[in-house]
Amino acid sequence: MTDTAEMVVQDISLWAELLVAVMAFTGAGLTLLGNIGLVRLKNFYDRVHAPTLGATLGAGFILIASIVHFWVAGQPVLTGVLIAVFMTLTTPVTLVMLARSAVYRDRNEGRPDVPKDA
Amino acid sequence: MILQSVIDITLMTAQAMMGLAMVLAAWRIIIGPRAQDRILGLDTLYVNALLSIVVFCIRVNSAIYMEAALIIGLLGFTATVALARFLMRGEVIE
Repeated sequence: MTDTAEMVVQDISLWAELLVAVMAFTGAGLTLLGNIGLVRLKNFYDRVHAPTLGATLGAGFILIASIVHFWVAGQPVLTGVLIAVFMTLTTPVTLVMLARSAVYRDRNEGRPDVPKDA
Repeated sequence: MILQSVIDITLMTAQAMMGLAMVLAAWRIIIGPRAQDRILGLDTLYVNALLSIVVFCIRVNSAIYMEAALIIGLLGFTATVALARFLMRGEVIE
């Protein structure tokens, strides 16, 4: 009986591991897609959008995968939750500050492709 | 176990994709063309490094490197905010 119960537990954790692997793969694929956009897009104001795909959805998939994995493995999951909360808070702040400083610089130099007023 | 090897190959591929993403972000840092593009590349590079460490933690089944990922997130946020402020004002602390 115990052998069967252990086998069932191992089977469940193996399927959970498959879910974890697929989610990590999806997150890594989305991050790679965002980075391809970062290299390929032509304008800074287009490029600033691309890596947010990795910073939001890719990070979400990978961090949920890590939380599920360490939950099933019985290890602490608090760090993954902290990273997820922190990245959700900081990514918009950094990118908005960067875009605003880029707009400020471009207006100072009088570039034509910048909007006059936001 | 075929399921175990599928899991291993999937996680390995995910890690290779994160490595390729880091190469692309480093390429954007190198080619620029302006300072804000380089800062955007640096921001992307540290996010990729953080996620790459998390995927590595899943692969080796050990949570001790997650603190390193958290600290990369904290320091990278500070670095990007300071650099964006430097671009706008010409100095970080007035």
